[in-house]
Amino acid sequence: MTTYDASFRVWRGDTAGGGLKDFTVEVNDGEVVLDIIHRLQATQAPDLAVRWNCKAGKCGSCSAEINGRPRLMCMTRMSVFSRDEVITVTPLRAFPVVRDLVTDVSFNYEKAREIPSFVPPPGVAPGDYRMRQEDVDRPQEFRKCIECFLCQDTCHVVRDHEENKAAFAGPRFLMRIAELDMHPLDAAEEAGLDRKRTAQDEHGLGYCNITKCCTEVCPEQIKITDNALIPLKERAVDRKYDPLVWLGNKIGRRRP
Amino acid sequence: MTQAERQQWDVVVVGAGGAGLRAAIEAREQGARTAVICKSLFGKAHTVMAEGGIAASMGNANPGDNWQVHFRDTMRGGKFLNQWRMAELHAREAPDRVWELETWGALFDRTKDGRISQRNFGGHEYPRLAHVGDRTGLELIRTLQQKIVSLQQEDKERFGDYEARLKVFQECTVTRVLKDDGRVSGAFCYERESGRFFVLEAPSVILATGGIGKSFKVTSNSWEYTGDGHALALLAGAPLVNMEFVQFHPTGMVWPPSVKGILVTESVRGDGGVLRNSDGKRFMFDYIPDVFREKYAETEEEGDRWYEDPDNNRRPPELLPRDEVARAINSEVKAGRGSPHGGVFLDVSTRMPAEVIRRRLPSMYHQFKELADVDITAEPMEVGPTCHYVMGGVAVESDTAAAVGVPGLYAAGEVAGGMHGSNRLGGNSLSDLLVFGRRAGLSAAQYAAGLGAARPAVADAQVAAAAEEALRPFAAHGAAAGGRPENPYTLHQELQQTMNDLVGIIRREEEMKQALRTLGELRVRTRGAGVEGHRQFNPGWHLALDLRNMLLVSECVARAALERTESRGGHTREDYPDMERDWRRVNLLCRLADPDADEGQIALERTNTEPIRPDLLALFDKEELVKYLAEEELYE
Ligand SMILES: Cc1cc2nc3c(=O)[nH]c(=O)nc-3n(C[C@H](O)[C@H](O)[C@H](O)COP(=O)(O)OP(=O)(O)OC[C@H]3O[C@@H](n4cnc5c(N)ncnc54)[C@H](O)[C@@H]3O)c2cc1C
Ligand code: SF4
Ligand code: SF4
Ligand code: FES
Repeated sequence: MTTYDASFRVWRGDTAGGGLKDFTVEVNDGEVVLDIIHRLQATQAPDLAVRWNCKAGKCGSCSAEINGRPRLMCMTRMSVFSRDEVITVTPLRAFPVVRDLVTDVSFNYEKAREIPSFVPPPGVAPGDYRMRQEDVDRPQEFRKCIECFLCQDTCHVVRDHEENKAAFAGPRFLMRIAELDMHPLDAAEEAGLDRKRTAQDEHGLGYCNITKCCTEVCPEQIKITDNALIPLKERAVDRKYDPLVWLGNKIGRRRP
Repeated sequence: MTQAERQQWDVVVVGAGGAGLRAAIEAREQGARTAVICKSLFGKAHTVMAEGGIAASMGNANPGDNWQVHFRDTMRGGKFLNQWRMAELHAREAPDRVWELETWGALFDRTKDGRISQRNFGGHEYPRLAHVGDRTGLELIRTLQQKIVSLQQEDKERFGDYEARLKVFQECTVTRVLKDDGRVSGAFCYERESGRFFVLEAPSVILATGGIGKSFKVTSNSWEYTGDGHALALLAGAPLVNMEFVQFHPTGMVWPPSVKGILVTESVRGDGGVLRNSDGKRFMFDYIPDVFREKYAETEEEGDRWYEDPDNNRRPPELLPRDEVARAINSEVKAGRGSPHGGVFLDVSTRMPAEVIRRRLPSMYHQFKELADVDITAEPMEVGPTCHYVMGGVAVESDTAAAVGVPGLYAAGEVAGGMHGSNRLGGNSLSDLLVFGRRAGLSAAQYAAGLGAARPAVADAQVAAAAEEALRPFAAHGAAAGGRPENPYTLHQELQQTMNDLVGIIRREEEMKQALRTLGELRVRTRGAGVEGHRQFNPGWHLALDLRNMLLVSECVARAALERTESRGGHTREDYPDMERDWRRVNLLCRLADPDADEGQIALERTNTEPIRPDLLALFDKEELVKYLAEEELYE
């Protein structure tokens, strides 16, 4: 077992402001960044605020930016850095700081509420749902999402553009729309809800210019852009220019 | 005096895991205004980590399955100590609870004919676990979370406010259940972000706080598992039951040290993984206990055939209940046949093609690759026991989930005791959460409605006392100006080491006595635990408050374990290695004796359990029953 001292710079502060603070801290074999943050808490900074739960990459709590890159602290091995590298840990930039590494992620919970829920198929009793594995494969990929919000943090549409937040649900929640849209038994359409259209009109799909930055940071390796956003865009566009649908929309629905 | 904002609700649910969310959905659907409060963000509760699946006898994979078979397996797994009525309700209702999830949008893996696929797990006679790869808990929590959101959307339509009838207070902690004249009147809470205190007044409080694993050093559990609900119940005057039964999951990661304890799902074995010692031997064949002898394969060939043809072969002993496998691993390591880092080998690489492994066990593949540089498709894993689950918990009435002796208090999920007896079968927790979460929500809503306007009140003095208690760690820091305040992190580490070493998987009288002495010392020192800084998101302070709970619960485990002079399920005594039929009927209840005593805060009471209903007993062969039940019970 080998041990060495690493140099860490951790952002400390709160709503009133703050800055990077330097620490020298022991690192052992096999450790991850979250272990080091915990060691700082136990030995040097007992009130250092950080979110975490599972320490196994399953809950999506421990999101932060490590050397500027959005990552899960519990899944970032210390061995990916060289020993003399200074490791900088800062809170997610797209969200307001609460304290130290903890940010206010309520934006995401607000967006989650605005996405219309699953619509159960009428007349199908519990226990009678039948779906083929091939048909659930696609939405299942999106349901691997652990809501770490790293994609939300990294997407340039909101990262430095607070003003876009009202109109843009972000990759995680656009993907949620895609998921419901691909659910084999979702009865939204029968209930008069056009999910693709709401993605475009109400959740800001149009802001996305498929840079794939979200896909790159996703710790679950979900192909957010290719498998969720692009298909949603294609279909939303289909809809938009389908003259019949277009006409129907014109007549049926008036938007301010 | 500290001011605390007050809000009025009908039902307060403490915990947003599977049990808490299911309870909240039910209470809200019953018309109760319901508040959910949880320590983490919404959707991150411990349930999210569950991997293997949820047990329900839907019979999709084997039509021979039904609730009676599930009931039998559950009782066997718990070595007949289970609160049998709970085991019955659980087995009967689990399928409906799983199917209902589909109507809320859950997407389980499918069978060929489009139904919910079910997989094998230890102790279950048929493939019974509905699953989504190895991330079933995530699917469960997300489905419940999204159902809550959909109910909130309905309320928004109707009342213009998402939170009119159902609100989640995330990142808030309850430190006291408040009472008025013996009945529940609310909960005292603090917001983690601001440190602000508040009171949720409500006649019904449902505890759904999960388990206690963070009192042990090697554990698969998250930081939330500090036994809060167990302690809240004790402090409110409700007894805990079965606290000596702690489940050590046989397969946790052992290397590198920083990931020691992280779970390796049982599905690895359910899908064909085998355990080997350093001699390359599949040692589990040497550890089949008498009570299970007829049910498990005696040769590797038979065990291997079982995966393809379960009707004509017996299952491999790798799939014995967890307590058996954990003890076996422990013995192999002790006998010097362990792996380099003190575990044994768990191998799928020689059993399935790499691509199948990656598809069926994606998170395990990922976990080992990322955290241990091990490619499980090419080499064996190293695994060893890890503290995983507590069978013990709040003593409840089976049908209503009402805590014994405290009107208005309910408990569901891991924090409730009884359902799993001395040992829980894999997959039976997620189903337990749904079955009893729903029942708790139902009873709590009905009780609150039944009270009408005559609701218990929250006295100012109680609020003031709770606030003072919560602020003590700051006071301790000031008071210790001369001396040094105790560091809560150090105290926590010492507690974990003590429980791990002295009240762990194999127990001895002397060690448990030593543990009780150490716990007493730690309790005294904890009074001097001080924290610096302010109340905003201060983890040191949070931990100092959690220590009270961990110490209470640890003492329950140690005292009950010392008292029970037999070995059964999750409780193994080196000095009393046999299971005693006379102990089967005995439940040990833990109650708060003297909260301030240096020597022990917990008093034990022995009670006899209710006789098992005859029609349920009739589900078993006489030959099997004689192994568990005392002479008189058989002829009653
Ligand atoms: C790695 C792992 C894998 C597992 N796999 C399986 C499996 O495949 N199948 C299975 O059946 N079981 C499995 N289990 C067990 C199962 O996941 C748990 O027993 C179950 O999820 C517990 O759920 P719960 O609802 O009781 O509590 P939890 O999901 O733990 O939720 C507890 C809630 O209570 C809150 N809380 C706690 N204290 C307080 C407080 N003081 N104030 C406010 N809120 C509080 C927490 O914040 C949290 O929201 C697994 C467990 C682990 C650790
Ligand atoms: S692909 Fe779209 S959603 Fe993803 S980061 Fe780029 S702009 Fe944002
Ligand atoms: S899609 Fe990926 S990056 Fe985005 S929240 Fe989900 S898990 Fe995180
Ligand atoms: S702590 Fe759960 S993902 Fe990192």
